[in-house]
Order: sequence, then C-alpha cells, then structure tokens
Amino acid sequence: MSGPSDFQPSNPALKWIERRLPIFGLIHSSFVAYPTPRNLNYWWTFGAILSMMLALQILTGVILAMHYTPHADLAFKSVELIVRDVNYGWLLRNMHAAGASMFFFAVYIHMFRGLYYGSYKEPREVLWILGVIIYLLMMATGFMGYVLPWGQMSFWGATVITNLFSAVPYFGESIVTLLWGGYSVGNPTLNRFFSLHYLLPFVIAGVVVLHIWALHVAGQNNPAGVEAKTEKDTVPFTPYATIKDAFGVSCFLIFFAWFIFYMPNYLGDADNYIPANPGVTPAHIVPEWYYLPFYAILRSIPNKLAGVVAMFSAIIILCFLPWLDSARTRSSKYRPLAKQFFWIFVVVCIGLGYLGSQPPEGIYVIAGRILTVCYFAYFLIVLPLLARIETPRPVPNSIADDVLAKSKGRAATAASVMLALVLAGGLFAGSIQNAKAEEGGDTPPAQSWSFSGPFGKYDRGSLQRGLKVYKEVCSACHSLNYVAFRNLADPGGPGYSEAQAAAFAAEYKIKDGPNDQGEMFERPGRTADYFPAPFPNEQAAAAANGGKAPPDLSLMAKARSYKRGFPQFVFDFFTQYQEQGPDYVDAILQGFEDKPPAGVTVPDGTYYNKFFPGHAIKMPKPLSDGQVTFDDGSPATVKQYAHDVTTFLMWAAEPHMEARKRIGMQVFVFLIIFAFLMYFTKRKVWADAH
Amino acid sequence: MTTASSADHPTRRDFLFVATGAAAAVGAAATVWPLVAQMNPDAATIAAGAPIQVDLAPIAEGQDIKVFWRGKPIYISHRTKKQIEEAQKVPLSSLPDPQPDSARVKSGHDQWLVVIGICTHLGCIPIAHEGNYDGFFCPCHGSQYDSSGRIRQGPAPANLAVPPYAFLSDTKIQIG
Ligand code: FES
Repeated sequence: MSGPSDFQPSNPALKWIERRLPIFGLIHSSFVAYPTPRNLNYWWTFGAILSMMLALQILTGVILAMHYTPHADLAFKSVELIVRDVNYGWLLRNMHAAGASMFFFAVYIHMFRGLYYGSYKEPREVLWILGVIIYLLMMATGFMGYVLPWGQMSFWGATVITNLFSAVPYFGESIVTLLWGGYSVGNPTLNRFFSLHYLLPFVIAGVVVLHIWALHVAGQNNPAGVEAKTEKDTVPFTPYATIKDAFGVSCFLIFFAWFIFYMPNYLGDADNYIPANPGVTPAHIVPEWYYLPFYAILRSIPNKLAGVVAMFSAIIILCFLPWLDSARTRSSKYRPLAKQFFWIFVVVCIGLGYLGSQPPEGIYVIAGRILTVCYFAYFLIVLPLLARIETPRPVPNSIADDVLAKSKGRAATAASVMLALVLAGGLFAGSIQNAKAEEGGDTPPAQSWSFSGPFGKYDRGSLQRGLKVYKEVCSACHSLNYVAFRNLADPGGPGYSEAQAAAFAAEYKIKDGPNDQGEMFERPGRTADYFPAPFPNEQAAAAANGGKAPPDLSLMAKARSYKRGFPQFVFDFFTQYQEQGPDYVDAILQGFEDKPPAGVTVPDGTYYNKFFPGHAIKMPKPLSDGQVTFDDGSPATVKQYAHDVTTFLMWAAEPHMEARKRIGMQVFVFLIIFAFLMYFTKRKVWADAH
Repeated sequence: MTTASSADHPTRRDFLFVATGAAAAVGAAATVWPLVAQMNPDAATIAAGAPIQVDLAPIAEGQDIKVFWRGKPIYISHRTKKQIEEAQKVPLSSLPDPQPDSARVKSGHDQWLVVIGICTHLGCIPIAHEGNYDGFFCPCHGSQYDSSGRIRQGPAPANLAVPPYAFLSDTKIQIG
C-alpha cells in the first residue's frame, strides 16, 4: 500500500537531506498521503489514543524518575515528597497513575474492536500478534510500576505475582529467588523493578513501531471488513484521519482528566497508602482492575500449577486467534451469530473482572469457574465452530458502497461513543472499589464534608481546630511524619501566616545534630522541620502501646476505606465521591462504646468500636466531651472534635486538594471547548469527503 | 452535510481552523508549563534553604571555618591585623575586579570575612591560607584570591561572592 514515495520537498535544504535520508518521504507516505479507509468509525481512534497515552506515560514517567528514590526505606517517602513538595508533583503523579489505567482501558477497547471487526484475520496476523506482545509488555510494565510506591499493595502484589513463577516444576523456587534477588521481596527486588519499569516502555515503543509498520503494509481493516480497492474507498491520512483522531483524543482527555483532577484515588487501593510491611498482609490482596479477569481465572483453578498455566494461556491464546477463527468474513457486522457471541464474550470478561475483585469464596468461586470455562470456550469451541456453521450476510462490494449505505444516521455516533465510554469506564474501573470487603464492622455513615465535590474547599476554622485536637490529644501517640510546620502556612491549608507557623514550630523541641562535639542536641523547631514523632522508633511505640505501634496519621484519611459495594461504586464515579477515608476515620472516633452489646466480648487490651472491622480496636477511646477547648466557641463535643480532626487529617493527606480541584475546573472548561472546536473542525474537513 | 454553505462562507471556515489551532497551542503551552516547572527546587529544598545562625566565638584570630548554607560552602575567616591591612592598602586600580575591602566586610567587624567559597571561574572550592595573597588558592586552574576574597591572579573573572548576612551580636551572624 505504502510504496516508495514520490514526495519531493521543495526547500533546497530539505531536498539535500532527503537525498541522503528520505525521512520526509517516509513521514509523508506514512502519515500524510497514507490511504485510510473512509468508513472508519470512532473505535478506530483508539490507536491514536494509545499512541498518545504511551507518549504521555513515558514523559510523566521520566519526570517522576527525576524525583523518585528506588530504595526500600525511601521509596514510599519519596513518592509522598513528589506529591507534596515538587512543583505540580501531585499533578504528574496523578497523571502517571491514572494514565496507566487509561492506557489499559484504551487497549481493551482497541482489542475488543479488533476482535469484533476481525482485524486479526489474513493478512493481519503478524500485526495482531505484535499487538498481543505489546499487551503482555504493558502488563509487565504496569505490574512493576505498581510496586514502585512501595505501599502495602505494592509489596504484597509483588510477592503474590512473583510467586506465580514458583509453580514452575523443578525450577520454580530458583526462578523466584532470581526475580527477588534475595530470600524475599526486598530492596534488590525494588531496584530491579525500577530499572525494568524504566526500560520496558521503550521496548513497547519499539514494538509499537513494528505494529504500525505491519499496519501500513497490510493496510487498515475497517468496519465493513472488505479491503480498499479503488481511490474512492480511501481518503488521505492527513487531514482526514488526523483530525478525526485528534477529536477522539480530545474526548478521551476529558475522561482522563476526570480521574486526574477529581477521582485520583478511585482507581487505587487505600492499602497502598500504608508503607510496605513485610510482616502483615492486607486482608484482601487485589491487583489493579486491569488484571482482574486473569486473576479470577487464576483463582478458579484449585491447582497451583494449573491455575498459573490457565492464567497465562488466557493471554497467549490470543496469539492463535487468527487460526482459531477461520471464517472468511471479517467483520462481525455481517456475522449474526458471531456478533452475539462477541457480546457474550465481553460480558464474560467484565464478569471475570468483577469476580476477580471479590473474595475467593462461595458463589464467587463457582461463578468464576463457569466464566473461566466460557472464556476458553469462546476461543476453542465457539469461534472454530462458527467458522464452519455460520452463514454470513453478504458484505458490501466496496468501502464506498458501505459509506453510501449508511451515510444517514451517523450523527449520533460520536455522542453514543462518548456515552458508552463514560459508562463502560465507570463500570469497569469501579469494580476495584469492591475489593475491600468488610469483616463485620458497621458501615460508617456518609458525612457532609466541605471538601467534597468538584468545588470542595477545606474549612479553615475546622482545620485550625483539628490541628489543636491533634496537638493536644492524638500527637501523644501518633506521629504525623510527612507534615512540616511550614505546611501550616501553605495556600489551601489551615491559613496561618508564616510568622504564626514559625511561632507554632518554635513551641516544639526538635532533636538535631550531631554538633561539633559529635553530640545530639535539642533546639526549638523551625518551619522547615516536620512534626516530631512521639516515640523514637517503631519498637518503642509498640512497647508503649500494648504491642502495636499507633500508625502514622499523615495519610490516614486516604489509607482507610470501606466497602462501597455495587452499584454504589458506579454512582461514586459520577458523583466524585472520594470521602470513604474521612467517613471511616470520623466514624471510628465516634464509634467507641463503653460496654460491648450483649453477647459480644472483645479480647483483653482491646476496646469495642462499632465501626472498626472486627469491632476490637487496640486504641482506647481517645476523645471525650470537654477535653479540648476552642477559642472560636465551637462546641467542645466528641462529634465536633472528630469532624475537625478528620478534616485536618484529610488536609494532611491531600494538602494540594484545593489546587487540584481549581486547576481541574480550568482544564475541564478548556477541554470541553476544545473538544467542541475539534468536532466542528472535523466536520468541516470531512464535509469535502462525503 | 453542509458542504454548500461552508463553501459560501470561506471566512467562517478559516476562523474555525484558526480558533482550533489557537486552542491547541494554548493547551500545549499550558501542558508544558508544569512539565518544566517541576524541575525547579521543590518546597522542601526551598524550606531547607532558610537562614542559618553561626556562633563566631570559637573562631580564633587567624582561623577560619567552613559552614554550609543552601548546599554552598561559606568561609568565615577571622582575619589577622596583617591580613586586614593588606586587604585595605591594595590600590584598587591594580585589581581585576576592583572593590574596596570595606565593601566586602561589615563596618565595625573588619576582622570577619564571610565569603561563598566557590571559585568564580568554574565552581571549584578554593583552599584557604594558600597562594601568594594570604587568601585563597583554587587548585583547579590556579586562581588566587587575597585576604578579602578578591581575585588577584588566574582565570577567575570576579571576586568571591559575599553571601547576604548580618551580625546579630558581636559574636553571632545570620547567613541568608
Ligand atoms: S575553578 Fe577555580 S580556577 Fe578554575
């Protein structure tokens, strides 16, 4: 299709280069003159969206690596410093983290599109297999990237996934040791994962070049599934496809921005805001949503080796798709049976994803097994069989005929694509929220917070009162390691002046040194200092508190959550509900009861709390009425304390929230205007083509 | 489709293209901003660059100490009578970067020289009490500074910089 180009630049300098390196001809023939079928729909813009996502992930990733420290003791902290201290660090981190999800979201649509329209069929087998390789590389990259923040889910995800390889007969243990670089997941593991996480995206980029090369040799498939024959079937890539892709990208960016600015924690797991602890496994280990279907397959099989084999086969089987499905007709549009089975298959995949997020017990296991069978049956039984028994409807003679046939009623396409995108996104992505099952704690009541919603702001009075409660009560046992005194004067915080923050800091004694004599000494705090911890180390904290160290509170409001359940998590996507953490913390503080209800006993050294999972909490009731007095006349009640200190902790966990939401609104207004402009520009450009 | 009407209004069509292109340019510029701004020092680094206080009492005449402020070595020299005299009596016209000694120390505190110990040539750290001028000698390319930290010989173009500082008392200064 893209033979040697006859493109000749007119500028003499370009001509000089072109004779020696025909790069302009290459660009011209690949991205300008390249003939693209004129009947492509918006599902085809996901190729461009994926290219953009890869570029964006590499860009933000390279930047994050400038600030990140790949060391087991420092990684978690360095990520927090990126988010808190680096200029726009919160934005870059959200872009990269949500970007990974968006990348997978787009790749799944891209793959399902290929499946539906038979894009893997002759002569595009190599193109398709290259795609599967890219997908595998993406999975490896995504997994290793998730390990880097070195939170609880990072650590235990790494442990579980690397242990998959222990299923290999004879060599399993040696392979796993090789992956770890130690006797368990640890610093060497983190270091090599960082190195590979930096490397693999460039490998992906290389395979993408091959993928596009193969695409340009075979030519693009199209919704009709017939090859382009004459000039009338195609339009030049630029401006037609370029502008359409640009419009698709701008719509996708709106969806992406929704996560970056308003739902940054929707796709993550609260447990990953707890630093990695090799001694405690979180109650429910759940991978990122994009691995869930395969995770479900892994768990449905009761044998370790067989489960691992099934999981990998579920992906590898895609490579054989061109030969499993030998039907001559490409597009499912003309295959009445294949079309129905395709949609059933989509539902099976989403169902597996949902089951992957559920605890592996009871009905979920049985359903998982049924769907696993369905998944493989689609490839191994349904597709080969359909190729033999199905009578396809006649396909159009040419692409031009196809365009003529449906030139009516295509206005709704863009709108329906966008709607489908948003709905599917909400459903797909939200399943992770279900991951946190409860263990017998009441559901915390949803509170009203000044900081919720797209225009949410912290209540300054509440932050100042909350700081007082923390200082006078919580700080006796809990540290606040990531908050510095200078933060008290930051915009979007409690609203103190520099001088007030300095005076506040000076009330603290900070350990410094060693001095010239080699001795540690104490000095008054400065604004650059962080809130000092109440105990010198974790062991001391544990010893003084009945064997369990009181957790650091800097991230508490994001590190705790509770099950929202279906369909709640779908609504949460639209309402931007992000306040599980604060709801939970507030509920715990108010949930103490002096006497457990009849018939319930809690172990010695623990206290009954209505909202704590399992009800037995090690922390004694911390707050009681009248304990802290407020200068502004707010009531000295536990309810008020709980509300204020939770607000304060939310700010401590998310100090740039106000900037995030403010900039988010500006970005949204811009993107919506831009998408409209793109839409009309695209219509004007395409007006000539119809 | 509006083929006919758009052909009738070429200006409106051009306007649309220009508006879309302009919006794309604005969007691109706004995206580049945070990507570049992140390279500036972060808030913790800036906070750590706050002023420091140095107690001068332990520094005997003829001695000097090196302290760090914002990652830069600061030389604090307790100059001898001889050094002060030398620094004051050099004719300014003979200096590559003419500056009287009085402009380089705080008045009334002539014995204290506080300079950033970074060679103005290419950033090496000069060694105190070396060279021909009773001041500093830079081992990298042989620049020599006098007892007032002024460049006297070698490739460096300017005198050693004096950091912002103030005397809080006779024996205590605040740098920054
Ligand atoms: S850096 Fe000091 S002489 Fe070149």
